[in-house]
Amino acid sequence: MTKQQANWSPYDNNGGSCVAIAGADYCVIAADTRMSTGYSILTREYSKICKLAEKSVMASSGFQADVKALQKHLAARHLIYQHQHNKHMSCPAMAQLLSNTLYYKRFFPYYAFNVLGGLDSEGKGCVYTYDAVGSYERVGYSAQGSGSTLIMPFLDNQLKSPSPLLLPAQDAVTPLSELEAVDLIKTVFASATERDIYTGDKLEIVVLNADGIRREYMELRKD
Amino acid sequence: MADGAAHESTEHKYRPISPIFASTCACTLSSPTSRRRSRNKPSVSLKYSHIHSTLIFLCFNSFSLIHRTTMATTMVKEVGSEPAQLLGPESASERTLYPYVTGTSVVALKYKDGILMAADMGASYGSTLRYKSVERMKSIGKHSLLGASGEISDFQEILHYLDELILYDNMWDDGNSLGPKEVHSYLTRVMYNRRNKFNPLWNSLVLGGVKNGQKYLGMVSMIGVNFEDNHVATGFGNHLARPILRDEWHENLSFEDGVKLLEKCMRVLLYRDRSAVNKLQIAKITEEGVTISQPYALKTFWGFSAFQNPTVGAEGSW
Repeated sequence: MTKQQANWSPYDNNGGSCVAIAGADYCVIAADTRMSTGYSILTREYSKICKLAEKSVMASSGFQADVKALQKHLAARHLIYQHQHNKHMSCPAMAQLLSNTLYYKRFFPYYAFNVLGGLDSEGKGCVYTYDAVGSYERVGYSAQGSGSTLIMPFLDNQLKSPSPLLLPAQDAVTPLSELEAVDLIKTVFASATERDIYTGDKLEIVVLNADGIRREYMELRKD
Repeated sequence: MADGAAHESTEHKYRPISPIFASTCACTLSSPTSRRRSRNKPSVSLKYSHIHSTLIFLCFNSFSLIHRTTMATTMVKEVGSEPAQLLGPESASERTLYPYVTGTSVVALKYKDGILMAADMGASYGSTLRYKSVERMKSIGKHSLLGASGEISDFQEILHYLDELILYDNMWDDGNSLGPKEVHSYLTRVMYNRRNKFNPLWNSLVLGGVKNGQKYLGMVSMIGVNFEDNHVATGFGNHLARPILRDEWHENLSFEDGVKLLEKCMRVLLYRDRSAVNKLQIAKITEEGVTISQPYALKTFWGFSAFQNPTVGAEGSW
């Protein structure tokens, strides 16, 4: 007696790339705005970046419905935290919450590849990178999504982080200035767009620093 | 428990099937494989006694649905047998596996005063064009218009949920009413939730509307993928109509231009989508309200020289 096989999948990959870079007093989070399914483009103007707290911004690519649900979930939890503690969640706290939320669905995962950027309690830039089931690490820079394999090696070349195993501990944040980091992001996305079919259309860049949040857009190739 | 009779959830409009009758029918139906395209042929597994007695009745009458004989014959020894026990008391046959009666593409765009949406009136049962007067676009509340492709019965269920939503909204009687953004959000949550339970509503929905001068046009797929754009299309429309819209859509289209553009898209779909019928409606929603046109047909042209004497130069071929 063969069991009926489902002929639909609860998952879909809607593509896209996300990058974040941490600096001494800033953090840059960027993602493209293309949403695809299979070989079709659904829309050219979909934002993958979500501001979770005052100093935490998350960019997620993967299955859009799961990403949306995850963002809603975290936003709701943050609201409860604010009511209970009378302050915003810090970035490291949000990082832990995201990890736990992802692991909670370990056996029916959120198909979301996340990169969380922000400023920690000392005002230094921090970037946390995740896999779909919640394992995470604080790093100086990271790329996730369909273009990550193209972007990450280039970032390694330009920004190589010291190993977290070194003693004394060395700063993971990049010595680049804010403008240089934004420029690097633009270069990196322009290159990824050339070779990754799921990356393109428009680039959305969010810069977090002590003054607040700044948003910038750049056109990418639409083919 | 787990007695076959206890699970007779579906109505027995027709007399109960005798084992002999069932095994004869089993010969004419194949067991579905995971590679089967659900759009093509509805197929039925006869492992369970109580499913789809109506379909079996239909199959007995329409042998166009006969497929190769398979091991299905041996499966149906006892018609009263129990459903797969792997899933416990809940019978897996209650979950959606394939769509049966489906509607094809819906195309919509934003224009100067609001949203224009087009859908044909056909509903196919596999490869048969079974129903030709199905309204696949309905107005929701005061500010929204919903178009659906995919399983028609699931669309009707969604309309039922929305009726309840709008009713409760009206019962507040507070001068406020749900706009298209809210309805879209509600539908996204409903579709995502059903996908989480592995029992999806097999539809691609298009939601358009205008509230307080703000135009809104969005789409939700059966697994909950949703987005908002200036023009959307479901199913084949995504492949055939979207490129036309990307090329020719611009802000502040007039009503006539919008209709012309939609008709251009629907004509291409008519020529190229086998499940399209030449009977369509165009719906318009503006701040004032919803208007759904009377059904009408598009002019088509088949007088290409290649169609006259198609076998010239290769007699005997088709």
